[in-house]
Amino acid sequence: METSHHNQSWLRKYVFSTDHKTIGLQYMFTALTMLLIGFIFMMIMRWQIAFPDLPIPVLGRWLPARLAPNGVMTGAFYNSLGAMHGTIMVFFGIVPLAVGAFGNYIVPLQIGAPDMAFPRLNMLSYWLYFSAAVFILASFFLPGGAAQSGWTSYPPLADFNPGQTSWILAMILVITSSLLGAINFLTTIINMRAPGMTLWRMPIFVWSEFVSSVLLLLAFPPLEAGSVLQLMDRVMHTSFFLPKEVMLFGVLYKGSGGGQPLLWQHLFWFLAHPEVYILVLPPMGIVAEIIANNTRRPPHGYKIIISSMLFIGALSFVVWAHHMFLSGMSPVLANFFLVTTMIISVPSVAILTCLIYSLRGGSIRFNTPMLYALAFLPMFGIGGLTGLPLGLTPTDIYLHDTYYVIGHFHYIVVTGSIIAMFGGLYFWFPKFFGRKMNDTLGKIHFWGSLVCMNGIFFPMFITGMAGESRRLWVPTAQVHDLAVQPWNVVSSISAWALFLFQLPFIYNFFHSLFYGEKTVENPWHATTLDWACPSPPPHGNFAEPVRVYRGPYEYSLPGAKHDWLPQNLESEAAL
Amino acid sequence: MSASYRWLGLPIEASSYAHSIDYGLLLIHAAMLLIFVLWGIFFAYLLVRYRQREGVPATRDDARHGWGSLIPDLIVMVFEIALIVFYAIPVWSRIKVDEPMGKVNTIDIVAQQFAWNVHYPGPDGKFGKADPKLVSFTNPIGLDLKDPAAKDDIVLANEIHLPVGVPTLFNLSSLDVIHDFSIAAFRVKQDIVPGMMIPVWVTPTKVGTYELYCAQLCGFGHSLMHGRVIVQSQKDYQAWLKSMAPVQTIAAQPANSANSF
Amino acid sequence: MMSEAAAMDMPHVGSSTGVTNAKLGIWLFLASEVMLFSTLFTTYIILRLGSSSWPRGWNVLNVPMGTLNTLVLITSSVTVVMAYAKAVERKRGQFRLFMGLTIALGVAFLIIKGFEWGAHFKAGEFPSSSIFLAAYFTMTGLHALHVIGGLITNSILLVLSEKQWDHPLFVGRVEAAGLYWHFVDIVWIFLFPALYLL
Repeated sequence: METSHHNQSWLRKYVFSTDHKTIGLQYMFTALTMLLIGFIFMMIMRWQIAFPDLPIPVLGRWLPARLAPNGVMTGAFYNSLGAMHGTIMVFFGIVPLAVGAFGNYIVPLQIGAPDMAFPRLNMLSYWLYFSAAVFILASFFLPGGAAQSGWTSYPPLADFNPGQTSWILAMILVITSSLLGAINFLTTIINMRAPGMTLWRMPIFVWSEFVSSVLLLLAFPPLEAGSVLQLMDRVMHTSFFLPKEVMLFGVLYKGSGGGQPLLWQHLFWFLAHPEVYILVLPPMGIVAEIIANNTRRPPHGYKIIISSMLFIGALSFVVWAHHMFLSGMSPVLANFFLVTTMIISVPSVAILTCLIYSLRGGSIRFNTPMLYALAFLPMFGIGGLTGLPLGLTPTDIYLHDTYYVIGHFHYIVVTGSIIAMFGGLYFWFPKFFGRKMNDTLGKIHFWGSLVCMNGIFFPMFITGMAGESRRLWVPTAQVHDLAVQPWNVVSSISAWALFLFQLPFIYNFFHSLFYGEKTVENPWHATTLDWACPSPPPHGNFAEPVRVYRGPYEYSLPGAKHDWLPQNLESEAAL
Repeated sequence: MSASYRWLGLPIEASSYAHSIDYGLLLIHAAMLLIFVLWGIFFAYLLVRYRQREGVPATRDDARHGWGSLIPDLIVMVFEIALIVFYAIPVWSRIKVDEPMGKVNTIDIVAQQFAWNVHYPGPDGKFGKADPKLVSFTNPIGLDLKDPAAKDDIVLANEIHLPVGVPTLFNLSSLDVIHDFSIAAFRVKQDIVPGMMIPVWVTPTKVGTYELYCAQLCGFGHSLMHGRVIVQSQKDYQAWLKSMAPVQTIAAQPANSANSF
Repeated sequence: MMSEAAAMDMPHVGSSTGVTNAKLGIWLFLASEVMLFSTLFTTYIILRLGSSSWPRGWNVLNVPMGTLNTLVLITSSVTVVMAYAKAVERKRGQFRLFMGLTIALGVAFLIIKGFEWGAHFKAGEFPSSSIFLAAYFTMTGLHALHVIGGLITNSILLVLSEKQWDHPLFVGRVEAAGLYWHFVDIVWIFLFPALYLL
C-alpha cells in the first residue's frame, strides 16, 4: 500500500509534504499565528475605543504619521484594523484551524484511512491558504494600505475605498484553497472509510466536518463570483454595484450606472451565513468527542445530533437575509427570513440539549480538555440566546449594527469555537506530538481565558442595549454612549488581560513540544480510531488495515473489565 | 409600563412605536434569563452529581431513545412561533410596511459623507427637484433653483425639527455610499442605499432634543456623522418654520470634513 | 513526476459508492462550479429586471460569431468523448488525435472570442460602457478562463499519454477531464442565448 518514503529531503518531508498530518500541523501553526495577529489588531483598536483621545502607548511612537499622527490613530486606520481583524479571524484563523488543522489531521484517522483522497491537492490547498495569508498581511504595506470597509465590504464604499483590491485577491486565493479542501474532505469521508465504518458509526466530529465541507463547497462560489464583480467595479470601472448617480466626496462618478448595492449584500451573506455554521460545527464536534471521552459514556442522542447538524446545514442556505432586515430590501421579504431564522434555532437547541444531557449518568473527569468542552456549553448558550432578539425583526430594528450584535457573535466564536478548539488542542496534543501538555498551566490558561473573555464581551450587551453603534472610531462622539463608556474600558482591560493569559499557553505548547511528558498511544482511553494508532502516527497511519466492529462511543459496557472498547478491536481481550 | 425600559438600560421612549419594540426586548430577555438560569442550575447539578467517583461507573441510556430530550426544543419552538405570529410579523408590518394615516409631515433626508442634509418642502408642500450634477459646497443636495417648487424649500445640515404628535414621513436617500438613519430614542433605524429612495415614518411623542446618528460604516468619518432631532410643540414648530428663510443652505460642514482634506 | 513518488496511491474505489475518488471529486468540483455560474446568471437576471433599459443582445453582440463559437464547442465535446472512448479501447494514436482536435477546437473558440472582444474594444465598447457590456465581458471572460483551464488539463493529459498510458488511473483522469470539458460547454450553451439572443 505504501510507496517508499525513505530518503525524502527535509523540504519534501516537512515543507512540501502531502501527508495529511504534516499539512494539518502546518495549518495549525499558521492559523494560530493568524489568530494571534488578529487579536493584536483588536488590542490596538481597544485602546482607541477605551481612550479615544489618548496616544497609543509605546506603539503610538512607532506607527507612521499617516496612520496615527501624534500616536492617535486616524479613522481610516481604525477601520483598516477593524476590517482586517474580522477578515483574518474568520477566513484565516478559525476556519483553517477548525477544518484545515483539526479536520485534516483527525478525519482520516477517525475513519481509518491512510490519508486524504487527494494528498497533492491537500498540499496545494495549504500553500494557497499560506500565500493568501501572507498577501493579506502584506496589504498593510501596499499603497493605500489594508482594506477598511469592514469584513463585509459593502459597496459603494468598498468599490471606492483603498485597500479593497488586495482584500479581493486574497479572498479569491483563500476561497480556492477552501473549495479544493472541501472536495478532498467530502471524497475522503464518502469513499475512504475503513471496512465496517458505516456512516452511522462515524464519530460526531467527522460528521461535523462533512456538513461543514458541503457548506464550504456550495456557499463559497457565490462570494467568489461577487468578489470578481467587485474587482471588475474597481479595476475595470464597471458598475455592478453602483447606481447611475453616485458621488465620491461631492464629485460625480462617471460610471455607466445600472448596478445595485444590495446585490453585493445578497451575494456576500449567501456565503457568510453558512460560513458561521462552518465556524461553529467542527468545534461542536470537538466538544462532543471530549465529552464522550470524559463522561465515559456515549453522547446522548447521537442520531439527533447528526440529524440536527444535517438540518442546520441545509437550512443555513435560506436564512442569509436576516443580516439584511434593515438593508432596504422589501420588508415583506423579511418575513420569510424571519421564519427560516427561527426554524434554524431549533436544531441548534437540540444539539446543545443532547450535549448537556450527555453528562447525565456519566463519570465526569475534569481534566483540561474537559474544562474547555464544558465551558463551551453555557457560553454557546449565551451566544445562541442573544441571537433571538436579533433574529426577530422588530427588536432587530433597535439592535442592528450595535454592540449587541458584536457581543452575540463573539460569544459564539470566541467563548464557543475558540474555547472548544483550545480544548481540542489539549486533547489531541498527545496524538500530534507524543507528549502531554502541562495540566496546571492548562488550568491557569482556562480560567484566565474564560473570565477575561466574558469580561470583554458581556459588557457589549449592555452598551449595545444603550444604543452604542458598531465600528465607531470615536465612540464618545455619540452622546448616548457617554453613559456606558466605562463598560468599553472594562472590555478593553479584559482584552489586554486575556492576552496575558495566553502566555502560559504559548509557553506550555512549545515547552511540551520538546520536554513534555512522553505519552502512550491512547492516554485518554478513548474508543475512536484516532487513538488506535501510535502517537504520533507514522506515514500511512495504521500498521495493519483497520476493521471496524462497533459504534464510536462504546464506553462503560455492562460487565466489561475496562470502561472503554475501541471501534477496531474484535473483543475486549485484545485491549 | 412606566419606566420598565430602564431595566435594560434603554434610552427614553419618544415615539409612537418605541414601546412596541421595548416590549419585545423585555419579553425576550426575560425569557432568555429564565432559560439560562434553569439550564444553568441543571448543568451545575449534573456536574456535581455525576462527577467521577471511586466505584461508581458511568451508565449508558441504551434503552431510552432520547426523544424526551427534545421536549425543551418543542417548548422553544412553540415560544418562537408565538413570538413570530403574535409579535414580530404584526409589529414589523406596522412599522415598516404600513403608511401613516391622516396629516403627515414629509421631510427628505439626503445623507452624504459625513453629514445629514435635511430638506423641507416649505409652505407649498412640494419638494423642489434635486439633481446630483448641481451639488456644490453651497448647495449640498443639488437643489434645482430654477424649479418653482424649490423657491420656498428649506435645507438644513445635521438638524431636524419635528412637531410632536404628528406622523412624519422621512424619504431617505444618499449621495454617495450606504448610510443608516438612526434615532435611538425613536427606535428608528433604516439603511440608506444610493440609487434608492426609502421611506421611514415615525410619530414623535415627547418634546425634547434627541440624537440622530449614522449606523452603517460609511468611511473614516462614520463615527462623527450625527445631528440633532428637535421635537417641539406644534406652535413652536410652526413659529420655527416661519422663521426659516427659504432656500437657506446652511453650509455647515462637520469639523473633520473631507472637503478640507 | 517527482510528487508521484511521495504521494501514496490512495485506495481509489469507495467501498459503499463503487465510484472512484477521481469521479467523485470531479462531480463535487462541478457542483461548486454550478454554484459559481448560477450566481453570475442570477446577477444577470437581477440587473436586467432592475434596469430601465436593457439592450437586445443581437443589437450589441455579434450573433454569427457567437453561433460559430457554439458549434465549435459542441464539436469539441464530441471529440472529447471520442478521446475518452479511445482511451478505454486502449488506442493511443486515436486518443491523441481526438484529444488534439479537442484542444485545437478550444483554441479556436478563444481566437474567435478574441476577435469578438477586439472588435468591441475598437468600437469603444468596454465593460465600463454599460451594465450590459459589464455583464457580457465578465461572464464570457470568466467562462474563457475556464476554457483555458480545460485546455491546460487536456494538454497535460495529451503529454502524459506518452509515459502514463498504462497507469491504472489514466483512463479515469481522461474521463474526469472530459466531464469538466462538457461542463464548460454547457455553461456556454446557457451563456449564448442569455447574452446574444434575448
